[in-house]
Amino acid sequence: MSAPIPVTIVGGYLGAGKTTLVNHLLRQRGERRIAVLVNDFGELAIDADLIESRDGTLLQLAGGCVCCSFGSDLMAALQRIRELQPAPDHILLECSGVALPGAVARTLTLLKGLALDAVLVLADSETLRERAADRYVGELLKQQLREADLIALNKLDLAAPGDAQALPRWLAEAAPRARVLPCRHAQLPPALALGLGLGKTHVERERTAATPLALAGAGHGGALFTSLSLEFEHAVDTARLAAALAAPGLGLLRAKGLMRGTDGLPCSLQLVGARCVVAPSAHARPRQGRLVGIGLQGCFDAADLRAALRASSVA
Amino acid sequence: MSTTIFQARKIITMNPSRPLATHVAVRDGRVLGVGALDELGGWGPCTLDQRFADKVLMPGLVEGHSHLMEGAFWRFVYCGFFDRSDPNGRLWPGAKSLDEVIRRLSDAQAALSDPAAPVAGWGFDPIYFDNRRCVREDLDRVSATRPVGMIHASGHIINANSAALAAIGWLRSGIDHPGVPLGSDGLPTGELKGPEAMGAVAKVLGMDRAVLAGDEGALRLFSRLCVRAGVTTATDLASPLPSEAVPMLLAVTAQDRFPTRIVPLLRLTGSPAEAVERAVALQRQSTDRLRLGRIKMVADGSIQGFSARLRWPGYYNGAPNGLWYMAPEQMQQAMTLALQRGVQIHTHTNGDEATEAVLDGMEAALRAAPTPDHRFTLQHCQLADAAQFRRMKALGLCVNLFANHHFYWGDEHHRLTVGPERATRMNACATALASGVPFAIHSDAPITPLGPLFTAWCAVHRLTASNRVLGEHERIGVADALRAITLGAAYTLKLDGEIGSIECGKRADFCVLDEDPLAVPSMALRDLPVWGVVQDGRVFAAAELPTE
Repeated sequence: MSAPIPVTIVGGYLGAGKTTLVNHLLRQRGERRIAVLVNDFGELAIDADLIESRDGTLLQLAGGCVCCSFGSDLMAALQRIRELQPAPDHILLECSGVALPGAVARTLTLLKGLALDAVLVLADSETLRERAADRYVGELLKQQLREADLIALNKLDLAAPGDAQALPRWLAEAAPRARVLPCRHAQLPPALALGLGLGKTHVERERTAATPLALAGAGHGGALFTSLSLEFEHAVDTARLAAALAAPGLGLLRAKGLMRGTDGLPCSLQLVGARCVVAPSAHARPRQGRLVGIGLQGCFDAADLRAALRASSVA
Repeated sequence: MSTTIFQARKIITMNPSRPLATHVAVRDGRVLGVGALDELGGWGPCTLDQRFADKVLMPGLVEGHSHLMEGAFWRFVYCGFFDRSDPNGRLWPGAKSLDEVIRRLSDAQAALSDPAAPVAGWGFDPIYFDNRRCVREDLDRVSATRPVGMIHASGHIINANSAALAAIGWLRSGIDHPGVPLGSDGLPTGELKGPEAMGAVAKVLGMDRAVLAGDEGALRLFSRLCVRAGVTTATDLASPLPSEAVPMLLAVTAQDRFPTRIVPLLRLTGSPAEAVERAVALQRQSTDRLRLGRIKMVADGSIQGFSARLRWPGYYNGAPNGLWYMAPEQMQQAMTLALQRGVQIHTHTNGDEATEAVLDGMEAALRAAPTPDHRFTLQHCQLADAAQFRRMKALGLCVNLFANHHFYWGDEHHRLTVGPERATRMNACATALASGVPFAIHSDAPITPLGPLFTAWCAVHRLTASNRVLGEHERIGVADALRAITLGAAYTLKLDGEIGSIECGKRADFCVLDEDPLAVPSMALRDLPVWGVVQDGRVFAAAELPTE
């Protein structure tokens, strides 16, 4: 059976920038063929220039991507996307503004062949605290944030002076499990929104914090990201490594790895925010272990990642 | 241009200028005149029809909140706790134990020749079995090989057997979903809650959404239930109304012997602007017996499912607050657009916080688009308090209250969901009346059985299944209750100029009764026999309906 298709859940209240992010990622897709699921096509779900044709509830998009509206039947839409030939490389699931993204993520376990990549929730810097105090939707909005692996703190350019510092602190309290990425115009690098690759083209030799990766799409974002790719010979105590990578102090946003575990068998590691999943890998026994991580420049120190790996190494 | 004068023992007209009469003249499907025989002679030659000489006529009853799904469900095995009549008039006794439910499903499976065919039931409600949960092993007793399942009375849960779960690949570990409880073996117990969890199994059981939304067969079955209940106009609240469904609805309702006026509301699921424009386009396709172009929105979930949005202090048992099905600001946007385009919206609210959000949204929408006589309607609106009724009045809103709910779930509301005090104010018909809010009462069929006279009984007595009077001060009189199931419901649909009373110019829609609902003891309303209906001047006797 082929590998499960990764699904990134894009959540957040109305106006937070979900649609902008989806369109941005469709433009920055690289070689990926992305299937987008939206609640409804609405007036502005997908930028017109990306649409090649429409067939009922399926839009054919540039670069072999598709977009499907799910309305009130998410399961049927997921099933349909899963059965597409050829299968898409990635699914972006844009929730409705009142959906709880954690509940949507759990729906994925009902279908075989899909795997949760990340719960990415957007927050509108300009209105965040006001909305969080709203008598009707305040609790909903805070719950959406609490369920996030990653929070894209969007529209920072529109926020009040001082909020660039204050809002991340507010979020750290309101959504302690989530990692926060500041951005503007929902311009997140695909490596952060959709995940890192381990293929040859993606693997860099070690970089240091002093040489930030020029990530596509980061140009308008304001924030700079640092990535680090390590190759190593030794086996790894993966439980220990997972715990170290997920510790908030490390400042990692995402990491991906393929390595030998203590039993010598290959396993994969995937970290998004505080959630780290280690699973047996179907890959042939890797000759070399590989680990790639990405974090916010200034928060993430490459030396810490190296130290964490060293501390988890097994002779 | 023939004229027929129907003679009756009594005609309850609901026209305050002439509340009672003995004769009604009908021409071209409309009421030509009402009064004594000698008052009607001036309309020229006529035929005197005396078949109702010992009957009582009322305006044809109007069900302001039902679903065509009631018709679709009767293709499956009835597993409910209470007695219920099917479209053929056969009374199905309630299944009083899980064993009885299993026996009924087993009988149905024994009658099937195709070994792979599923067995599906509906109307199951374990709250009457001390909440003993049904698990897949129970239904495996029906069949170990063919898919077996049943949908609950609420419509929000399905129980499935092992074969049904295996058929969709769910008899496995690794499922982690709040709607799919797992047993100690790590496998699903067979209870599937909510649309995501139910969808795939429903399809295997032949209960997928398209079927339940109402096809041609379901529409016909539904219309027979209407005749048996005295209903001449019924809503389908709501339907996705896919473009292929509209020609079918138009064709079937136009047939000579189709006995019901159907009012389907378009369910708003996506963009408010698109839905409003679709409704405008649908208005132009309306016919006498198919009234299109209204919208239904859903603000929150249900109180007994703990998914309704409640204000402080929330659920009596401490359950967390429910879910928004639409954002308050989106509802406001939809209401504003609809007011501007002359489209009517009915909004489902159950919890009082959902009601409050719609009241706020409506206030803002009316400021943006001032509209007299919009008759936007709150549907269910079960937990509204007196202040909210006063706001409804001030904003020109109507309300359609879920009177049947007390009987079926009132004891649960008292014990578990909202507690004794707030349970007494649920579906506050007397407060609606005192506040001057135009109101109707409804069944939400198939959630509870289609039967406005039963619904009227519920509003008059407010008795629960355990015989508790829940909210004695919210009881209303029989005359008010009868008005709610005729003119009251017609008013919420802006059809009160055409139906809901028997008077000159209106549709010749009558509910034909053997007994006088104003004269019998009010306890008898519940089981008042319905002879049939006259709809658009056409006579439909329940006993002579086609059966299948």
